Amino acid sequence: MLIPKLPIGDTVEFAVDWTEDHFGVVLDLISDQLDFLISALKDALLFLPPEIFILALSIFAYFAGKRNVKLALGTAFGFLLIQNMGLWALSMETLALVLSSAMLALIIGIPVGILSAKSELLNHIIRPVLDLMQTMPSFVYLIPALIFFGLGNVPGMIATVVFAMPPAIRLTDLGVRQVPKELVEVADAFGSTGWQKLVKVELPVALPTIMAGVNQCIMLALSMVVIAAMIGARGLGYQVLFGIQRVDIGLGFEAGLAIVIIAVVLDRLTQHLSPR
Amino acid sequence: MDRKVKLEIRNISKIFGKNPQKVISLLNKGYSKHEIFEKTKQTVGLNNVSFEVYEGETFVIMGLSGSGKSTLLRCINRLIDPTAGSILLDGQDIAPMDAEALRKIRRSKLGMVFQNFALLPHRTVLENVAYGLEIQGVPKEERYAKAEVSIETVGLKGHEQSKITQLSGGMKQRVGLARALANDPDILLMDEAFSALDPLIRSEMQDELLSLEDAMQKTIIFVSHDLDEALKLGDRIALMKDGEVVQIGTPEEILTNPADSYVSKFVAGVDRSKVLTAEAVMWRPEPLVAVSSGPRVAVQLMKEHGISSIFVVEGKNRVLKGILMIDDAVQALKSKKSFEPMIREVPSVPPEMPLNEIIPLIADSEYPLPVVNENGKLKGIIVRGTVLGALAMSEDIPDPEAEAAGTEVKSTAEVESPERISGGSTLESGNASESPVSGEAEGKLKGKAPPDIEVNKDLENKETGSLDKDLEVNAC
Ligand SMILES: Nc1ncnc2c1ncn2[C@@H]1O[C@H](COP(=O)(O)OP(=O)(O)O)[C@@H](O)[C@H]1O
Ligand SMILES: [Mg+2]
Repeated sequence: MLIPKLPIGDTVEFAVDWTEDHFGVVLDLISDQLDFLISALKDALLFLPPEIFILALSIFAYFAGKRNVKLALGTAFGFLLIQNMGLWALSMETLALVLSSAMLALIIGIPVGILSAKSELLNHIIRPVLDLMQTMPSFVYLIPALIFFGLGNVPGMIATVVFAMPPAIRLTDLGVRQVPKELVEVADAFGSTGWQKLVKVELPVALPTIMAGVNQCIMLALSMVVIAAMIGARGLGYQVLFGIQRVDIGLGFEAGLAIVIIAVVLDRLTQHLSPR
Repeated sequence: MDRKVKLEIRNISKIFGKNPQKVISLLNKGYSKHEIFEKTKQTVGLNNVSFEVYEGETFVIMGLSGSGKSTLLRCINRLIDPTAGSILLDGQDIAPMDAEALRKIRRSKLGMVFQNFALLPHRTVLENVAYGLEIQGVPKEERYAKAEVSIETVGLKGHEQSKITQLSGGMKQRVGLARALANDPDILLMDEAFSALDPLIRSEMQDELLSLEDAMQKTIIFVSHDLDEALKLGDRIALMKDGEVVQIGTPEEILTNPADSYVSKFVAGVDRSKVLTAEAVMWRPEPLVAVSSGPRVAVQLMKEHGISSIFVVEGKNRVLKGILMIDDAVQALKSKKSFEPMIREVPSVPPEMPLNEIIPLIADSEYPLPVVNENGKLKGIIVRGTVLGALAMSEDIPDPEAEAAGTEVKSTAEVESPERISGGSTLESGNASESPVSGEAEGKLKGKAPPDIEVNKDLENKETGSLDKDLEVNAC
């Protein structure tokens, strides 16, 4: 039996065109805002001379890790190496992209996670969506991002946000649900309002789990750096891609190493920031 | 006693399930909790429970695990919404209240202490205790000052800044108690508040709760599955089974007059000596002789009753003067004098003294122990036999299951054998393992055994001794 080819591609194309026509202005506005956010963050990161930035970051790491000398020295060493490889500006651009993506993912993900913990209905809707998001290869997100926002940092950021959000939602949901029943009863029995219960009991108790979500979110955002470069995101990812395309192993390796350094430092820092 | 009703629970039911109204109608048709679960897969948490709690009293809700104690307690502050019924606090029904009104009541009138302490792990002791005031918007200085006071009340002064994780179990529950007290609620709800503590600490906390209660006169509703605890703390006890209240009464009423076999089985292993008071075991003080009567009357009375000594009282109020021995009375009669100078002083006990404190006293005393109230009035007398009888009473209550198990037979034999009569408390400890009461009861009883044995041996000597004297009286 012959089934005629279904016009899926045509339909999608039509839908995208339609959206472009009707929401183009809105999309441009969002694009401008996000672009501004990334470049503002990048400028801020590049404002300080690298040496001072590294010193400040190491001191911060020292105190964040509760007087952790190893963490402070590791941070200093890693970032000095990045500077030494001449990748400082690119690294700061990547960092700006990663941090703003993660921030956006958290700003959306944590409240959604809280709502999903409170509402069975929302939880039932969100769960399959999250499963789908996490099973899909990260490349898939590039297509709609590319379609709606063209090439550049912004579509890279959008794809990254979508990719990095699920753990933030999941772990926030889990953290709030895991608050011991007796503690919720304490909040209620003493006459807390819903908001007081959330802010004074549930979120503080769930904080370690939520911070694990923050950590995973940042890590996933960082893991998208190279992929996002495929649709024009700049920074270290683009450098790696460039190295691969030119078969310039040294170039690719150095940029890759810088990404790993940033990943390790961000991972350790967020882990130490979470209370136990 | 006309005591003010603080809280009235009227026909409260709670069904856990999707179609509670159907279950209610099944309950009305007389189906049991188990039948209903088989039929509908819904759980009857509470079935038509009603009781009153008086101002200032400690009301204990007790029963086996799953009998609905926590559900009942949580209905009072609506952590669980009852399916039917009303909860009148100071005459005001809590059951239909909206969230705002309920919050007011919870903030001002109801405090709660939890089984597993339920302290906020991210807060210090002081911040935990101040929580209730904080959410009411009390300014920081004021709420910390109040929190300090209740921290001191529970004996944790100096630990204000401690982290929760640094505290022992007993200290954690003191924080839990302080937190509930800081709001100065009318009613304290305590759900198995001491069950998570080890026995020594638990007993210590019980004692402190009792003295707190003396000082503050709060109304306390205390949930417990431990009968010893219930008897120790409760002014009155409600015994629950399968979501229903089987009996409500004072500890003594529950012990001496169990409503059904469930209750009697429950109380079978109890250390009665801690619960029964002088009042419960004393006899009518007869015969008595007035100070104003002559020695002839005294001698006559003793002869009539075949006793070797008699208590002497004064006036209409029967104020106890002391005891008069037959020999002294006879001498007074011969010398035709008043017997007044010959009255001997005797130790006495107040009506509310528990038996376990009476036992050592009566062991040292040659005569029956007079029970005297605060005005000096002689209320009754305690004879050693009565004490033993009261302690052994659990044996009189038929306990079909234990009998079936063949253990009861052995303990009865122990009672009847005279040389084993000293085993009064051993008997009970034997029973304790049969009873639903926690295993610690057994340990406590065994720990108490040696002094009891001595007491009882003494008793035997005493009884033969007084018989001889009786003969003398008759010969006189
Ligand atoms: N949320 C709930 N959902 C369903 N059944 C419940 C729920 N809470 C309690 N129950 C049932 O109600 C009965 C009484 O429970 P509970 O009040 O916790 O007993 P207790 O405190 O005396 O151990 C038990 O059979 C228990 O399984
Ligand atoms: Mg319970």
